[in-house]
Formats: sequence, structure tokens, C-alpha cells
Amino acid sequence: MPDLSFLLAQSLSGLTAAMFLFLIASGLSLIFGVLRVLNFAHGSFYMLGAYLAFQFVLWGGMGPGRFWWAVLGAALTIAIVGGLVERLLLRHLYGKDELYQLLFTYGLVLIASDAAKKAWGTQQLSLSRPPGLTGSSRVFGTMLPHYNLFILLLGPTIALGLWLLLNRTRAGRVIRAAALDREMLGALGVNVSWLYTGVFMLGSFLGGLGGALVTPVRAIVPGMDVEIIVEAFIVVVIGGLGSFWGTFLGAVIYGQVLAFGILIVPAFSIFSVFALMAVVLIVRPWGLLGQPLGT
Amino acid sequence: MAARRRLARVPWGLLVAVAALFVPAIGSRFYTFVATDIAIMALFAVSLNLLLGYGGLVSFGHAAYFGIGAYACGILMKVHAVPFSVALPAAGLLAAVFAALFGFFCVRLTKIYFAMLTLAFAQIVWAVSFKWNSVTGGEQGMSDVPYPDLSGLAWVPGLAGYRTSDHFYVLTVGLVAACLWILRRVVRSPFGRLLTTIRENPERTEFIGVDVRRHELLAFIIAGLFAGIAGGLFGIFNRGVFPDFAYWPKSSDVLIMTILGGMGSFYGPAIGALILIILNQEITSYTEYWPFVLGILLITLLFLFPGGVVGALGGLVRRLERMRRA
Repeated sequence: MPDLSFLLAQSLSGLTAAMFLFLIASGLSLIFGVLRVLNFAHGSFYMLGAYLAFQFVLWGGMGPGRFWWAVLGAALTIAIVGGLVERLLLRHLYGKDELYQLLFTYGLVLIASDAAKKAWGTQQLSLSRPPGLTGSSRVFGTMLPHYNLFILLLGPTIALGLWLLLNRTRAGRVIRAAALDREMLGALGVNVSWLYTGVFMLGSFLGGLGGALVTPVRAIVPGMDVEIIVEAFIVVVIGGLGSFWGTFLGAVIYGQVLAFGILIVPAFSIFSVFALMAVVLIVRPWGLLGQPLGT
Repeated sequence: MAARRRLARVPWGLLVAVAALFVPAIGSRFYTFVATDIAIMALFAVSLNLLLGYGGLVSFGHAAYFGIGAYACGILMKVHAVPFSVALPAAGLLAAVFAALFGFFCVRLTKIYFAMLTLAFAQIVWAVSFKWNSVTGGEQGMSDVPYPDLSGLAWVPGLAGYRTSDHFYVLTVGLVAACLWILRRVVRSPFGRLLTTIRENPERTEFIGVDVRRHELLAFIIAGLFAGIAGGLFGIFNRGVFPDFAYWPKSSDVLIMTILGGMGSFYGPAIGALILIILNQEITSYTEYWPFVLGILLITLLFLFPGGVVGALGGLVRRLERMRRA
């Protein structure tokens, strides 16, 4: 039996990973909830967000505050890219079979990964932690970097902010209405077409933000797009596609299962997560907090 | 119209299979290599199309059964020295058993959830093959899968001068042709017709007393069986089996082949496999950015030719006929 502080430390590391996953998966879930499109390219937005943040820091230097501007700039750029993709291409596939939308976003994945390879090469890139968050503190007997602590606080903050946006503002009400009945909303005089673009941009922003914020913690490498999209898929499937708190719950469960799965069966930690997803899909196909899809 | 009906009566599949047997006679080792690749992937793609085109079931994890078949055949032949004639059917059977197991859960879901669960199961297969060092060789995979003993083929007149890889190619063409023939029989059987009915309207099919799930599961098992056979052949052709075989890009590759050729026709996916593999060979000799080209190709296809090559050609033929009549 390992001691308690070790278990807590393991749990905290899982929680940090969960917060990143939540950021990314919430964008994926939001887009699915409203547009009913499962966006494979969301992982690519995450990867491009990371590369752009790196690029902006390279241009602007690492002075006080510079890192945060780079992060914001990267996330906003990704939001604009997402907006263009939705406006120019994806829109034309809404009426068609889901398979076409799925394959379209998969095409984007292929294009984005090669474009990033061309622009930034294949070697690992990384950023140092921003000034002010370089230290670490002792928590439950283990050293926890301040940057991780910041992420642990940021996750719930963004979750709360998103929840307030969706549940306490007019824009949020309209978005939720669009998820329920697009035609009715259009009949009530809302410009649904631009609303979809807006939601896609917001979702892309979250993906890009997750990528930009991950740069001080993880290496920026080709392939990070595929890795994260599979994880984000599992998270939203466990929590329930399109369900907001479900995504949060899914991310937390995922982080914990991964953190402790490594302790129990070291070789099969990935396996434990996939198995969890399969079990959830079998017992509750629409996820823990999701709702069955009306057809 | 009459000309078209006469064209339709030509046994095209048989003609292509016989013509394909002469590829090694051209002499180039490279052509035989590409042709073997095409034949195997054609079977893989047509097996997927039983689900995709006929059943309307979007499987994003068809590589799982390809991978299981490849590992089963490879392990049996390399480690246990089982002859090919037993190993390949066993590989197909094992893939079918797993398809039955996974499919049982998958067919209870619909649409996007079906796609995701097939993907999840495929990822589990990949994760296990990636980590189970003692059986699958783990990340390094399993190399040096032996060729089957085909010395008997050397006695066939005309085949004496062929290399071992050529003999394996001849065998592959024969087996793929036989599998395609069976699949064509399946598609044209009452079962195949019912499958199409289910695709068009599952509720109504249920109303007329058809057990929709059981039919879908059976289609899933048959598709898995032939994917497993394709995988077994591919492992030998590739001289090794690797975890990539079950990884999701493999599933999407075969999806792209199917869409490229056209999922509306039986041989469409096979034509898609042919085009995609030749394109791959051509383009990778110019640039390392093949995925970029594939992405552009895929998106263009979705927007301009959603029916694939066969669909586009069919539309062209119809338009020409209308012009001639006018």
C-alpha cells in the first residue's frame, strides 16, 4: 500500500492533465452540441495553437507579460482560422451525410499536420515557464510547479466562465436553443448561419488556447494533434457528447484513471482508458451526463 | 441502352483477375509489388463497403480486424509453423470472432456513436498489440513472417520462371478473386438486399418483422472475416506485422479508398484502392508531403465528387446517353 501523500500527488498530476483535456474537449463538445459535427481537426487546432504560441514568443521575447499575449494571440488566430474553415467549406456539408463531415475534418488533420511540419520542422520545440510562475511549492509532500497550480485553478475558472456564458447570457440562451432546434430558432429571426460560425470560432478558440497553454509543460512535436484528439474524444464520449459538465467530469475521470492505471497495470495504462470508454458506451451510449440523441 | 446491357453482361471481375495474373510477366519486381498491395487492399476496402455502402454503417475501426487477421496469420506461420492453408482461414475466423464480440455492442448504437465505438475497439486492439511484447512483439512488431511454401506453383506451366514473391502474388490474386466472388454473392443474396433496406429505413424494416440488429451484426462479422483474410495476406506480403495495422490511420485510409472509388457500387472501393495506391507511389517519389496531398484530394472529392470515381463516371455515361438520344 503506497502512502497517502504519494496517492495525492498522483491524483494531482492526473488532475492537471485533466484540466488541459477539459479545455480542449469543451471546445469539441460545444461544436458537436450545436453543429452536430464531430471535429477531427480540433486536435490540429490544439497543435497549431501550440506552434503559434511558440512562434509569437520567438518574435516577441519572453519578457513579463509577453507569454500571455502570445497565448492570447495564438488562440485568437486559431479562432479566425476556424471561422474561415466553417464559413468557406464546412457550411456546405451540413445537409449531407455525417460521414462526409467526418472525412472533411479528417482531411484538415492531414493538411494541418504536414503544413506544421513544413513550417516548424519535425524536431521537438518547447517554451520555458512564464516569469512569475517558474517556482514550485510543496503540496502534500511533493513539489508542484506553480504553473501546474495555475492550470489547476484556470480549468475550473474557464469551466465556470463558459457555464455562465451558456446559461446566464442571451448569447448563451441562443446557442442552447440552436442545439435543440435550428429551424425554430431561424424562424424566430436569429441568424443561425452566423451563430454556427460564432460557435465554431469559440470552440476553435478553446482548442487553440489549450495548445498555447500546454507549451511550457509538454514538448511541441508533430503527432501531438492525433494524440490529443483521441484523448479528447474519449473524454467527451465518457462525459456525454455536447454535455458541458459531462465534459468536465469526463476529463477528471480520464485524468484519474490514467494516473492510477499506470500504477496498477503499467503496460496497459492506455488500455484502461479505452476500456473505460467502451464500457461507458455500452452501458450509457450517450455518456454519463449526456442525453440520448433524437433522430 | 442495349449496348450498356451487353457491357454489363461481360464478367469484368473475372477478366480483370485473369489479366492481373500476367503482371509478373512484365518482369518488373516493382509492378508485382504494387499489384499485390492493390489486390489485398481492394479486398479490405470491399469488405468495409459491405458495412459502409450496403449497410449504411460507418465503421471507423475496420483496421482492428485487419490487424487481428495479420497477427493471427503471422504468429501461426512464424512461431507455430502452421501451414498457410490452415493459418489464413484461421486468421479470418479469429477476426470474425472478434468482429462478433465487438460488433455485438457496436450495432446497438447508431450513427456517430457506432462510429466512435468501432474506433474505440480498434484502438484497444492497437493498444494491446502495441504493448503485449511476448506475443505481438510490441512496438517493434513481428518481422520475418515467412512466405507460404508455393513450390507447387512452379509446376504450373508458365509460372516456372517466377520468383517466390511472384508466386505469392498469383496466389493472392486467386484468393482475393475468390473472396470478392463470395462477397458479391452475399450482396446479391436476400440477406444483402435486406441490408440495403435497413440502410434506407431501419424503422420500417423492423416493422416488417426483420431483426435489424442481427442482420447488422452478421454483416459486421462477414466484413470482419474478409478484413482478417486481407490482413493475413498483407502481413505475409509486408514480411512483417506491426501495431500500425490496427491503428486508426489505417481505418481512415481504407475509408478514403472506399469513398474515392465510390461506395455506391460493388467494385468501386477496389478501384479506389487501385487509384490511391498508384497515386501514393507516384506522389511519394516527388514529395514527402503525401498526407497533405491526400487531405486536399479527400476534401476536393467530398465537395465535387461525393459519389467517388465510379459515381462520377456513371453520371458522365448517363449524360452522354441523354445527349445522344436528344
